[in-house]
Amino acid sequence: MTKQQANWSPYDNNGGTCVAIAGADYCVIAADTRMSSGYNILTRDYSKIIQLADKSVMASSGFQADVRALQKVLASRHLLYQHQHNKQMSCPAMAQLLSNTLYYKRFFPYYAFNVLGGLDNEGKGCVFTYDAVGSYERVGYSSQGSGSTLITPFLDNQLKSPSPLLLPAKDAVTPLSEAEAIDLVKTCFASATERDIYTGDKLEIIVLNASGIRQEYMELRKD
Amino acid sequence: MFRNQYDTDVTTWSPAGRLFQVEYAMEAVKQGSAAIGLRSKSHVVLACVNKSNSELSSHQKKIFKVDDHIGVAISGLTADGRVLSRYMRNECINYFYSYESQLPVGRLVVQLADKAQVCTQRSWKRPYGVGLLVGGLDESGAHLYYNCPSGNYFEYQAFAIGSRSQAAKTYLERKFETFMESSRENLIKDALFALRETLQGEKLTSSTCTIAVVGVGEAFHILDQETVQALINEFEIAGEEAPADEAAAPDQADDSESSATAADQVTPSDPDVAPMDM
Repeated sequence: MTKQQANWSPYDNNGGTCVAIAGADYCVIAADTRMSSGYNILTRDYSKIIQLADKSVMASSGFQADVRALQKVLASRHLLYQHQHNKQMSCPAMAQLLSNTLYYKRFFPYYAFNVLGGLDNEGKGCVFTYDAVGSYERVGYSSQGSGSTLITPFLDNQLKSPSPLLLPAKDAVTPLSEAEAIDLVKTCFASATERDIYTGDKLEIIVLNASGIRQEYMELRKD
Repeated sequence: MFRNQYDTDVTTWSPAGRLFQVEYAMEAVKQGSAAIGLRSKSHVVLACVNKSNSELSSHQKKIFKVDDHIGVAISGLTADGRVLSRYMRNECINYFYSYESQLPVGRLVVQLADKAQVCTQRSWKRPYGVGLLVGGLDESGAHLYYNCPSGNYFEYQAFAIGSRSQAAKTYLERKFETFMESSRENLIKDALFALRETLQGEKLTSSTCTIAVVGVGEAFHILDQETVQALINEFEIAGEEAPADEAAAPDQADDSESSATAADQVTPSDPDVAPMDM
């Protein structure tokens, strides 16, 4: 009698790609809006991005049911924090909370690949990148999801100074201006859409800076 | 009422059918400083007197935000009030997590009342020594409830609890019929007048009171000191008599003249009161 294997998986991968870039006084967070399952498209208009606090925005690719559950848990925890501390959570604080929340389910993980972007306590842009069980690091830029293998090497090449490949990074954040960073993000997604079948339809871009938060959309190839 | 053989624990009935420990807990509420609530069709105002242990200490926090649509003012054992506020906040957060909508106020107060009742029927517990004025908004409109240590709760148009609350209640009883249709500003004005009644001559300034508002399109929040002081000055209630009836316009014109001269003598020495424009 051979060992029975599970013929049902609690997980599914809904695909998609997320990117975040930190600047001197801004942060750009972007994700495509395609949701897939296998070779099918479930919808072309699903947001993977959520604003968790005044200065923290999270983009997550992977299994969207787990992503949604994770978003709800973080939103509740943030509300509790506001009641107790009478202020919003800072981005670094939210980064730690996200890490702890992910590790809490170490033995039945959230199938979520997250990128947290925002402004730190000094108003500088910050990006935190995660694996599925909460290991995280503050970086100058990051990409997660099905298109990340296509985008990350391109960002390494374009954003030379904050690249961790120099070890340590020469600059903590990119010296690019906000407009240049947004343009770079659009270029990344246009290219990734060409080769990654799970990335496309529409690009949602969130820009966080001292004047507040802004949202932009760009059409992507629908094939 | 006090010191008899049936008041040792909460699980002992008296021959007259009373639970003395519960009644003693209600006494604790009467000892706390005053808290007042009023509501209209669209708004609820909570107001309370700031009490501090001594001149050196800060005053106790008596109004707590529970959620965007619910707030609570307490009177009695502040520690018990804080614990219950934390419970209420958790309930609201969990409800929103499950149903993605706001917990109706009526449901929250029932849960709170049931929680209080448990403490009246366990020998190893004691009743909560705090009365709560819960003000909130839900689909059925604006509501004000009073939860007491006995586990009872009632809905009110307006109510006052704590020490010298009877003076405020007398004022509210005179005016309550107008509250339902009241505007937000008039509701706050009536809250300030009622609060002043409990001060028995002490000056009403923004440092002696705390006001909070929740309403349609307005999340629960505590008004900051400048706003409160401006309202006090506007309604000229720092030391003046409350208008006896609604035909107050000519009265207020006279009041402003006399209060201007009165304030003239007072403001130079009192740093808490914003200087009145002459």
